[in-house]
Amino acid sequence: MGGMAVAEGHGPARVVDRGGLDALIATLRAEGWRTIGPTVRDGAIVHDDIAGIADLPEGVGDEQEGGHYRLVERGDAALFGYAVGPQSWKRFLHPPTLTLFRARRTADGFAIEDGDGTPAPTAFFGVRACELAAIAVQDRTLRDGAFADPHYTARRDNAFLVVVNCGSPAGTCFCASMDTGPRAEAGHDLALTEILDDAGQRFVLEIGSARGAAIADRLDARPASDGDLAGARAVTDAAAGRMGRHMDTTGIKDLLQGNPEHPRWAEVASRCLACANCTMVCPTCFCTSVSDVNDLTGETAERHRRWDSCFTLDFSYLPGGSVRTSTEARYRQWMTHKLAHWIDQFGVSGCVGCGRCITWCPVGIDITEEVAAIRGDGT
Amino acid sequence: MTVPATFAARTAPAGATAADPMRPMPLAVLASRQETHDVVTLDIARPPGLDGAAFAPGQFNMLYVFGVGEVAISLSGDPGDPGPLRHTVRGVGAVSRAIVGLGPGGTIGVRGPFGSAWPMAEAEGRDVVVVAGGLGLAPLRPALYRLMATRERYRRVILLYGTRSPADILFGEELGTWRDRGLEVEVTIDHAAGAWDGNVGVVTRLIPRVAFDAGDAIGLVCGPEVMMRFTLDALVERGIDPSRLYLSAERNMKCAVAQCGHCQFGPDFVCKDGPVFRHDRVRHRLTVREI
Amino acid sequence: MAVENLDRIICEHPVFHGLGDQPCLLISGCAKNVRFEKGEYLCREGESADWFYLLRAGSVALEMAAPAKGVLTFQSLHEGELVGVSWLLPPYRWGYDARATERVRAVAMDARCLRAKIEDDHELGFQLMMRFTPILVERLHGTRLQLLDVYAPAARA
Repeated sequence: MGGMAVAEGHGPARVVDRGGLDALIATLRAEGWRTIGPTVRDGAIVHDDIAGIADLPEGVGDEQEGGHYRLVERGDAALFGYAVGPQSWKRFLHPPTLTLFRARRTADGFAIEDGDGTPAPTAFFGVRACELAAIAVQDRTLRDGAFADPHYTARRDNAFLVVVNCGSPAGTCFCASMDTGPRAEAGHDLALTEILDDAGQRFVLEIGSARGAAIADRLDARPASDGDLAGARAVTDAAAGRMGRHMDTTGIKDLLQGNPEHPRWAEVASRCLACANCTMVCPTCFCTSVSDVNDLTGETAERHRRWDSCFTLDFSYLPGGSVRTSTEARYRQWMTHKLAHWIDQFGVSGCVGCGRCITWCPVGIDITEEVAAIRGDGT
Repeated sequence: MTVPATFAARTAPAGATAADPMRPMPLAVLASRQETHDVVTLDIARPPGLDGAAFAPGQFNMLYVFGVGEVAISLSGDPGDPGPLRHTVRGVGAVSRAIVGLGPGGTIGVRGPFGSAWPMAEAEGRDVVVVAGGLGLAPLRPALYRLMATRERYRRVILLYGTRSPADILFGEELGTWRDRGLEVEVTIDHAAGAWDGNVGVVTRLIPRVAFDAGDAIGLVCGPEVMMRFTLDALVERGIDPSRLYLSAERNMKCAVAQCGHCQFGPDFVCKDGPVFRHDRVRHRLTVREI
Repeated sequence: MAVENLDRIICEHPVFHGLGDQPCLLISGCAKNVRFEKGEYLCREGESADWFYLLRAGSVALEMAAPAKGVLTFQSLHEGELVGVSWLLPPYRWGYDARATERVRAVAMDARCLRAKIEDDHELGFQLMMRFTPILVERLHGTRLQLLDVYAPAARA
């Protein structure tokens, strides 16, 4: 991740202050983008509609560890002084529930009609680099393969991505190990880096696309100086040095695919509740299931799609029973898929190092620790 | 042959720009034939405008029953037949039982064809040993039809078929006609009762009784996974290299387009990388429990 | 009538493959040629296991009869195979019926004669056991696979 960040060909970086940031949100909304960003709700950072910077978690930080998440007061005016919350943007691009189609009885059988359409264009405000990487990973599964999911594709095409480069990594972060952050390099429309120091609070704004440039051009912003760019770089470099976790990914595909009978699987299974939290919070997990419902008259039916998890007992059901009945087999499937099989399937790791699976595991299972244990180093 | 593109209705939902691979096409059920006490073959009308090959041997369709659900069913008919699309189904769950209950005049939703195909091109010029177990004969039948239709392209063509009991023999009346069309056919059952004077014993016992050039033969195996395991071992022991043996795997399927995650078998999606797999690719996985 | 060269036939039979001329000659003294018509029994359940058979042509069904179930065949044997293993161990009694399902030509081996020779010549006994054991293992393995009932439809949920 070396080299100065210059969004090639989309215009030079700028700097905005708090007022400029507020104007950015207002401009997005005025341009017809429903704007969703980080807010505080129920003791967590939650993605919700925002109208301006007043809706952002000012002065909020977070404490994350295995099975532990708390918001804390930073005692400053930082607007982005926290890492990621339990949700990812997957909730909007690959929604938890969806009606795939409707079916209606007709004189000679039945007809298939549209299910859910596409929601309004949406700006994702505050996408972290790991989340941007996760979106790129999900693109490979849901959009860029032999078959495209039209629901994902439409939502993806209609999403404006405003990245926030990280300055406050959390205890479970390891994006540096997975080469996905803390700085976004490509794929964003706009990228912000918050600098809060003696010189005040400002945001370096980098342009990543033509439509990003179009929005940025509407703002009252001064060009970023070399000092500003260096300052932004310093923020993310410092963040890269403060990762809470580390994962050695050397030879990880062969390591996991070659060890289906490692004793560690039984050990982690003795702690794992198969609660599926990790798959729900993971920004790249994509598994879904379908269900069919009728109305009482039997005249119309719907096919619904919903998130599913390889941790559920029925996930691998075949007539007679499931293939993976033990928690051990299901944990092994999840982790081997995420870190190893994904590479065969999609050409990249499925893990972006966001740390959510560690934070939101009720028993604090740590995927980085599990890898180290299978490798045989320490623990 | 090239694998035909999915013919399922691809109209896009409102506001979407991409075609929709999850949308079934309602088609008429033209005929239903009771094969055994719990197995039925459905003939489904060919989608309008679809000429030429509708599927490659080994592929499957997702069949949708209004308001009940959807299940993956192998195509079991002749890929060279311009007529209806045949699917052989055993009623084992809510959806498959509903499919078995559909008769002529009914409507069924179809998406497909999906999946990889039996290696017909690789089989040319070689002895072909086909070993089917139970309902596994259904996904192999399209390959057998192709072998018979172009019989001169292959050397010996042998079908070894094992099933549970005489009452479970699938396509029984057809087997005789296959012998007339140049196939060596041997049948065996696990549990005999009543008037059966044919072979009794596990299907692998038939292998030493047929002559073929193991050094160059191709093997196609389909049946319950345990049966495929011990059959593949026996064929390897007989001298057929795992790189010339093929099997058809089965896993839970919801989408058939490698997006729901359910059908994963190691790093492979059975719906996309399978269901037909080359044995050397999956061999070590077959003996890992719960993989 | 031409006298068939029994020790040649025994030596060339798959069951005794590679035994060697000398041992073949030894055991051929216990052998004779037999034939069974379709429907005839080679062995009957409960009877003394006095002879066993090396099939040269034709097929045999191993079966047991049960009241109200009729006749249950659990294995077919064919040309080149061994019919009868119970003669090896006490109480030397057949556990089931073996019925010719078509005309059968076989070499019948006198079990008592062979057991006596094995007693006298342990090396011969070892050579014979090395040939019978793989057959037993293969039958056991196949039987276990039949027992697994792999083709049974899944239990309804």
